[in-house]
Amino acid sequence: MRATTSVLLVFAAGIMFSLLLLNNDGLLIQIWINFADDVDFLIRQHIYLVVLSGGLAILIAVPLGVWLSRPYMRKFAEGAMQGLNVGTTVPTLAVLALSMSFLGIGVLPAIFALWIATLLPIVRNTYVGIREVPGFLIEAATGMGMTRTQILLRIELPNALYVIFAGIRTALAINVGTVPLAFLIGAGGLGELIFTGIALDNIEMMLAGAIPVALLAMLVDFIFLQIQTWSISRGVNPLR
Amino acid sequence: MIRMENLTKVFDTPGGDVTAVNNVNMEVPAGEICILLGPSGCGKTTTLKMINGLIPKSAGKIFIDGKDTDTVNPVQLRRNIGYVIQQIGLFPNMTIEDNICVVPDLLGWEKAKSRKRAAELLELVNLVPSAFLKRYPKELSGGQQQRVGVIRALAADPPVLLMDEPFGAIDPINRAVIQDEFLKMQKELKKTIMFVSHDIDEAIKMADKVAIFKDGILEQYSAPDDLLARPTNDFIASFLGQDRTLKRLSLLSVGDVKFGEEYKVHGEGDLANAIGQMKELGHQNIVVTGPQGRARAFLHLNDILGKKGVIEEYRQALPAVANVKEDLKTAVSTMFRHDVSWLACVDDDGFYKGYITQKAISHALSAIYRDEKQNTLR
Repeated sequence: MRATTSVLLVFAAGIMFSLLLLNNDGLLIQIWINFADDVDFLIRQHIYLVVLSGGLAILIAVPLGVWLSRPYMRKFAEGAMQGLNVGTTVPTLAVLALSMSFLGIGVLPAIFALWIATLLPIVRNTYVGIREVPGFLIEAATGMGMTRTQILLRIELPNALYVIFAGIRTALAINVGTVPLAFLIGAGGLGELIFTGIALDNIEMMLAGAIPVALLAMLVDFIFLQIQTWSISRGVNPLR
Repeated sequence: MIRMENLTKVFDTPGGDVTAVNNVNMEVPAGEICILLGPSGCGKTTTLKMINGLIPKSAGKIFIDGKDTDTVNPVQLRRNIGYVIQQIGLFPNMTIEDNICVVPDLLGWEKAKSRKRAAELLELVNLVPSAFLKRYPKELSGGQQQRVGVIRALAADPPVLLMDEPFGAIDPINRAVIQDEFLKMQKELKKTIMFVSHDIDEAIKMADKVAIFKDGILEQYSAPDDLLARPTNDFIASFLGQDRTLKRLSLLSVGDVKFGEEYKVHGEGDLANAIGQMKELGHQNIVVTGPQGRARAFLHLNDILGKKGVIEEYRQALPAVANVKEDLKTAVSTMFRHDVSWLACVDDDGFYKGYITQKAISHALSAIYRDEKQNTLR
């Protein structure tokens, strides 16, 4: 189902690009000639921001979600989840602005803001995914003589992995789409072409930024879809 | 062997202390099936779960094969006790093979050994290993999952098995089949099994001993036949049901109540002999056997009184026979179906083994009550 949707999206994008090429006198080629160097430079910055903020978010959020799901955290977990839910409603632009007012301008505040925005969905899905593992599976595992750590690693995480991956994909989609805004606080990235293009009313420049961002978002989602599909046991994986 | 001494569980609830299990003393001998029975909330599941420490006990001692379970690390203890839960609890992320091998893997068995064991166990419950080992639980039917749940508990060959309503989640037809398979397996494996159920018929069918609980108190602990014949109080009598005497029919076999094996005639025998035997036996029919001793036919007293000739001329076909291994429920059902009050009993090869009559059956069922009346009179 997901795979079909991806194929359709790529197909639609292909038609759109062809139309642009045919109707506007080789627009894409014009863009390529004029902006290839800029795109090459900025996409590296862009990917750097995505990988660093997204990677740090995954590294912190999954253990945090696991920790909140532990029985001894049960009292605080619901409150913490409410806090996180409120956190996700704050617009990422506002998060960037807030981050800038504490950390100044540049890459650091951008990564911090992106990290916060990406963190929340992953924590939430990790927590919910583990909490949704049926209690009787935990009882069976305990009764068979597994330790708490063995239960977490062999039962809880494998059974929650699908939901956790769904959270990671949602979070990274937000992340890649938010990175262009990082330009506004001086962190560079493809946003530089987009916003400058808008300011100068230069469609070619705008597209030079927008098209790579769109492709990058699809590529990241595609990569994680593949990981989700092939790394999760067939017994608990609706994709297989 | 499982022994409990003064086992008690008090739950600390917002409404005050609740005693779920109250000073229970009982012993399950090695190799026997003990079924804990009672209405919901009677403490039977709590008792079971205290044995493997899933619920910590408040007071008392539990011994497994003579060893105090308090002296064993709970994780180690559980690896040596098979555990089956009502929801089956196969791990959906693992293949059937890996599910069966959970405990052997925890115990650090060699892969080759545990995987071979998984295949053997699947064969034991009539599931083809090559077809099932690599499947996932969701690809199995409920009955198949239930079987895997049971053999998973047997994988590391633990001496003791705890089962919490293991056959509760399947349809009645499959349940009967799995119960029979399980009994057959138990005959060979001779595990010490403690088993929670709320189904009286299941308890009567499977248990060597039944423990009836009410409000955390062990009310009666005895063999199923004893329980049905002599409930110690009104609660147990009403819990077992008004038809508890009929339930005993499935516990007694035809062999237990048959009589008169020596009373029989041959086809060539004479009528006077037959009449003489009938009078001696006090029965108006006699079985005619073949040359080897197989039950062939019968004679009725009214057909031959004052007649002359050979038995062959007066014999009638037997409407049905009862195998000595059958339970009385089956025999009574056969009687009712053929509208007769007696049946000839035969063994597996058809050899004549005696008579079974409705009178003898009702006599056997009431024997225990009669004995007791006489005892109280004395």
